[in-house]
Amino acid sequence: MSPRLHVDVAVIGGGLVGSSAALALSQMGMRVALLDRRYCGAQASGVNYGGVRRQGRPPEQLPLSQRAHAVWPRLKALIGIDGEFLRSGHLKLAMSEADMASLEAYAAKVADCGLDLELLGHNELHRRFPWLGDAVGGSFCAGDGHANPRLVATGFAAAARRAGVHVLENAPVTGVARNGAGFALEAGEGLKLTAGTVINSAGAWADRFAASFGEPVPLRRIYPSMVVTEPLAPVLTVNIGMEGGGIYARQVERGNCIVGGERAEALADADFSRPRSDGALAIMSRAAALFPGLAKAQAIRFWSGTEAEMPDRNPVIGPSLTTPGLIHAFGFSGAGFQIAPGVGQVLAELVRDGRTTTPIEAFSIARFAAGASTDRTTLGSGAGEEQEPQRRGA
Amino acid sequence: MSRPQPLVVGAGPAGVRAAETLVRAGLRPLVVDEAPACGGQIYRRPLVKDERDARALYGSEAGKAQRLHGAFAALADRIDHWPRALVWNLRDGRADIAVAGESRAVAYDGLILATGASDRVLPVPGWTLPGVFTLGGAQVALKAQGCAIGQRVVFAGSGPLLYLVAWQYLKAGVKVAAVLDAAPFAAKRHLLRGLALAPDIVLRGMRFAAELRLNGVLLRHGICDLALEGEGRVAGVRWREGRRERHLFCDGVGYGLSLRSETQLADLAGCAFAFNQRDRAFLPQRDSSSRTSVRGVYIAGDGAGIAGADAAELAGERAALALLEDRGLPHAPERAADLERKLARIGRFRDVLEAAFPFPAQWAARVKDETVVCRCEEVSARALRNAVHDFSLDEINRLKAVSRIGMGRCQGRFCGAAAAELLAVETGRGVEAVGRLRSQPPVKPVPLTLMPREAAE
Repeated sequence: MSPRLHVDVAVIGGGLVGSSAALALSQMGMRVALLDRRYCGAQASGVNYGGVRRQGRPPEQLPLSQRAHAVWPRLKALIGIDGEFLRSGHLKLAMSEADMASLEAYAAKVADCGLDLELLGHNELHRRFPWLGDAVGGSFCAGDGHANPRLVATGFAAAARRAGVHVLENAPVTGVARNGAGFALEAGEGLKLTAGTVINSAGAWADRFAASFGEPVPLRRIYPSMVVTEPLAPVLTVNIGMEGGGIYARQVERGNCIVGGERAEALADADFSRPRSDGALAIMSRAAALFPGLAKAQAIRFWSGTEAEMPDRNPVIGPSLTTPGLIHAFGFSGAGFQIAPGVGQVLAELVRDGRTTTPIEAFSIARFAAGASTDRTTLGSGAGEEQEPQRRGA
Repeated sequence: MSRPQPLVVGAGPAGVRAAETLVRAGLRPLVVDEAPACGGQIYRRPLVKDERDARALYGSEAGKAQRLHGAFAALADRIDHWPRALVWNLRDGRADIAVAGESRAVAYDGLILATGASDRVLPVPGWTLPGVFTLGGAQVALKAQGCAIGQRVVFAGSGPLLYLVAWQYLKAGVKVAAVLDAAPFAAKRHLLRGLALAPDIVLRGMRFAAELRLNGVLLRHGICDLALEGEGRVAGVRWREGRRERHLFCDGVGYGLSLRSETQLADLAGCAFAFNQRDRAFLPQRDSSSRTSVRGVYIAGDGAGIAGADAAELAGERAALALLEDRGLPHAPERAADLERKLARIGRFRDVLEAAFPFPAQWAARVKDETVVCRCEEVSARALRNAVHDFSLDEINRLKAVSRIGMGRCQGRFCGAAAAELLAVETGRGVEAVGRLRSQPPVKPVPLTLMPREAAE
């Protein structure tokens, strides 16, 4: 590999967003370098829950989400593997009448967005899903599903590599600055690149790059917490979420049930995290109560990872306001998995055309610029805080 | 508020001697052990008392076993002992312990890890067939339950345990058809060096081999391409010696390649690891006093590196003395130095044993594509090789992420070594270059219904 590389686009961060953008750009005929400080797909893209879910997203995300929705069934053609994508449907449960009312309000709000939500009352819910424990009702989105994040994220990076992208792993970007018409980057040990365009898709590490271009953002790290059971005969036929939070769960084809909720905590090296014991035990007992079929199961594995969250829980997607040629895409707030393949396409259009056919104005970094008002500022670990389900799971 | 008590994990030779040493200094440790009674794997007690005496159970080691059991019994009212209990997570001075269906969070001040070892296995065709046990498993069946793993048994693999278990089966009246040693006969010359360091052990091993041979057991060295055959259960073994292929009928197989350290808790406790050439594994770093890289965490016995039961007793005591010293209590420095001298001598003998029973480093290049490497998640050697190349992987945790190797019930304890060897060969590097599987709680499966409870102080 040449220590001095000239590319059209340098993508910082080899998660699902960066990898899918790199692949799309390469397919447009551009020279692309994809840089990751460790391994592509090993952070939020690879360690999230694996929900492929449109239901519950705020309306401003749905055009992007619908665009990604079209990509998921085509994974095999696009990256060579199906990523264990299952269009199982996504069932969001209401545990109280008030929660059921929220589900109904949401369904009304997104009625024109093509989600085809189906509201289920108590009896219908238990007739359709007899393995469920107590719940008041639910909202079912038949077109949603789930997939294996470890495979999809890594698969996009591998496909990008096969398409000719320079995939540079263990290459943390140590310097990036405007240089004439483009950018000069330094990465890893002595690696130098020049690029016409830079995409900042560095996930939980993206804030430092944004700040270095004069765009500080209130990004904070969050750590999801997952419990995996031993393989079981089919119990959960759909991807489960819950209004108001508490739990999300799915069963993979091999039979393991993955149950999430709560938050993990960072280790001394804050790039690594581990589920909290009390949090994991809480998730386990909730799962055993909600899914009687799991009551005798063993938990064999916990996992966690690092994700980036914005205060309004919408991502930052779009051109920099300070620096021509710089495009941001980060801060997916625990809900990036489903939309990421769509974001990759949008980013590639932005690079090629300077515009995109999918509305992304709501995600501009402008909302965090000095003087712009934000509804709250949050910095800190986030450990122990309950997530909002409509932002989780995907 | 008084300081929390020290925690000793494991009640084998290392854990018992550590607890004893702490008690002698006036401390009251909590000793947590998965087994119903003390002794560890090597001095394991029968689940139900039977007519066998210590001599029948432990052979030449009967005296040591009885002394260890006696020493622990004498501690009974001066320690807290939680048998049938699993430490499933460690974090910042707190242990999560699954016991009697609930999870107790216990604060500790000083942690001695005496977690022992399990069998090291490199998968061969048929290794998942019913009737195939690890060498340690075969030994436990006999020792703890008075059961043989078959009526016509073959023992295969390598390491001192191979001959010991075969001999124990012979003595128990089981028909031992063959002992198949993967190490070449020429490697045994190294044992002559061992005569000076540990004459009793070397001579005992020679006696085992001689008695096996005298009793008509086929002894073969330098065997390769071992395959276990049968429909629904093991019915025979096939192997190669040079160009010659051989076969034997049997209905039970004990197989293993020495031992591997149980290191998950050291990892969760935050201990630094380093690759150890002799054990061909990443091990928690420790100094000669059994201190790890984490203050207040000590490690002793086979869980720190394979050295055997005698070393474990010495290291357990040494670790406890280090804990006492770090707590500002009398810590017998002369005794500590003596223990370190003895441990160093055993270490030199371990070098000899490793040379006499070398790791079959050619395994990863020869393992057949269809052989299952990870039995929990049913991942074949082919799937691993494909994953390495399809995803351009060079690191073991990435291989885990895409292939599921090490994600199952055993959390990589049994397949991790094989996966690392395979990854090393596929990427043309030494096994020390591919990294090690990061541990996550729970270290072993726990019931979903495990209920949290704060332990009463």
